[in-house]
Amino acid sequence: MSSKVASMRDAIADLVRDGDTVAIEGFTHLISFAAGHEIIRQRKRDLTLARLTPDVVYDQMVAAGVARKLIFSWLGNPGVGGLGAIRRVTEGPLPALELEEYSHFGMVARYTAGAANLPFFPIRSYFETDLPSANPLIRPVESPYGDGVVYAVPPLKPDVTVVHAQRASAVGDTQVWGLLGCQKEAAFAADRVIVVVEELVADEVVRADPNRTIIPGLIVDAVVVEPWGAHPSYVQGAYDRDNRFYLDWDPISRSAEATEAWLREWVRELDDRAAYVEKLGPERVSSLRPGRAPSGVVDYGVYR
Amino acid sequence: MTAAFSESEMMIVAAARELAGQRVCFVGVGLPNIAVNLAKRTVSPEMELVYEAGVFGARPARLPLSIGDPTIVTGATAVTSMFELFAFYLQGGLIDVGFLGAAQIDRFGNINTTVIGEYATPRTRLPGSGGACEIAINARQVFVIMRQSARSFVERIDFRTSPGNLGGAENAARIRREQGWLGRGPSVVVTDLGIWHFDEAGEMRLDSLHPGATVERVRETIGWEPKMAPDPATTPAPTDEELRLIRVELDPEGTYTA
Repeated sequence: MSSKVASMRDAIADLVRDGDTVAIEGFTHLISFAAGHEIIRQRKRDLTLARLTPDVVYDQMVAAGVARKLIFSWLGNPGVGGLGAIRRVTEGPLPALELEEYSHFGMVARYTAGAANLPFFPIRSYFETDLPSANPLIRPVESPYGDGVVYAVPPLKPDVTVVHAQRASAVGDTQVWGLLGCQKEAAFAADRVIVVVEELVADEVVRADPNRTIIPGLIVDAVVVEPWGAHPSYVQGAYDRDNRFYLDWDPISRSAEATEAWLREWVRELDDRAAYVEKLGPERVSSLRPGRAPSGVVDYGVYR
Repeated sequence: MTAAFSESEMMIVAAARELAGQRVCFVGVGLPNIAVNLAKRTVSPEMELVYEAGVFGARPARLPLSIGDPTIVTGATAVTSMFELFAFYLQGGLIDVGFLGAAQIDRFGNINTTVIGEYATPRTRLPGSGGACEIAINARQVFVIMRQSARSFVERIDFRTSPGNLGGAENAARIRREQGWLGRGPSVVVTDLGIWHFDEAGEMRLDSLHPGATVERVRETIGWEPKMAPDPATTPAPTDEELRLIRVELDPEGTYTA
């Protein structure tokens, strides 16, 4: 296979289209803010944004006007509070953003069904709650083996899934450690996959530790090398969550004007992620570096 | 003499103590996070902490900033996909206690974390279920920690996100049996004023009042006529060590105790 390495600008321009369903996944870990910001810069429109936890990155994207709908299971600024931009368009008499709501397991099951080419996925959730009436796509289904009713959720097949990872090879074989969330499921369910990595590595590095590969290059369309591309979220072993950012976002997002000013200063007026990292400054960046905790080495053995 | 303490500190300490003897705890967002981490350092050092982000046997060296903090990974027993966590650990029946927070709760322990007002046109849009809905159904029992107020302890919740004892214990037991739930439902609610357990009817009953809390304040902060033990106990005040753990180790910024 030939190299799929691309700039973020080209990857988003080529692979994300107006009206697409886009999943930028990552459960508090490995959230591709860099991809979200490039989508804002390119003024994509009418996107359906899927994600278990639409947090700060989707608040920014909704504020920037790229989205018409959210598919989600938990809406908030984790550890801090609410999301001002999303609240402004979902509260009150005339909500301007469509919501399609599940639980975490329901969302994970949707990606799983999408990845496995199943018509639905059954889970033991939603019994005696108001969620099925709020979202009629959550439906009870009788076991064909006569042992009761469970709830079904439909497959979710994003047009594009974006996954941030520690490393990948040029052809897109992608390795992750730390929280895995449901990136694997979301990637296999998608029509197109963009992988954004801290580090591009040689094929031998991947092959020396195949258990750590969550996504094969086979399903990857573009590999974007973007160190710090997940800031202010974190990358296990590389940098910590920038909690000050999440706290600062709370008052910014409460004001439409402050949010727009932030988007102008930190997204629209910057060319790319490198400019964002430079603007953050070396002090802020180095304060987020964790100490070291290397894993042991395992022996896969040689078998000729 | 014991140091002065806040109502939030008393609530966190009382919630942590309720976890004595529990083996596997699924840690919810917000206040449960600090209560469970305090229990791990005091009454239940052997307890396995499970985070929905996909961690079994977490040993966080600092209080996780969110339930997906990197500190829950380093040194953990296992990191799993979220599918495995929900399907095998939770739905497979390995969770003894699901520890949840709530925006609204009713007398039967049914929980709302979705909206205040009408669903389609909410006055306040809350986070939603996260994993709470399936935790309430599949964890063997559910603990709840939340502050009491007339807005949060209500006669009728605006949206049922996570089921408790539905309309009463008898009905709930029948439905759980028929639908194959693993959970027995809620067993304790710890607030800033006291400790509530659930009686034979499946209704919250005040069993212990925190030091300084009064029956009058309990009544003022609740939307129904509450059941109370004939002679409610007084919750033992936090020890110096419990307060030190909260103030120095777990929450030096006062995020949870402000």
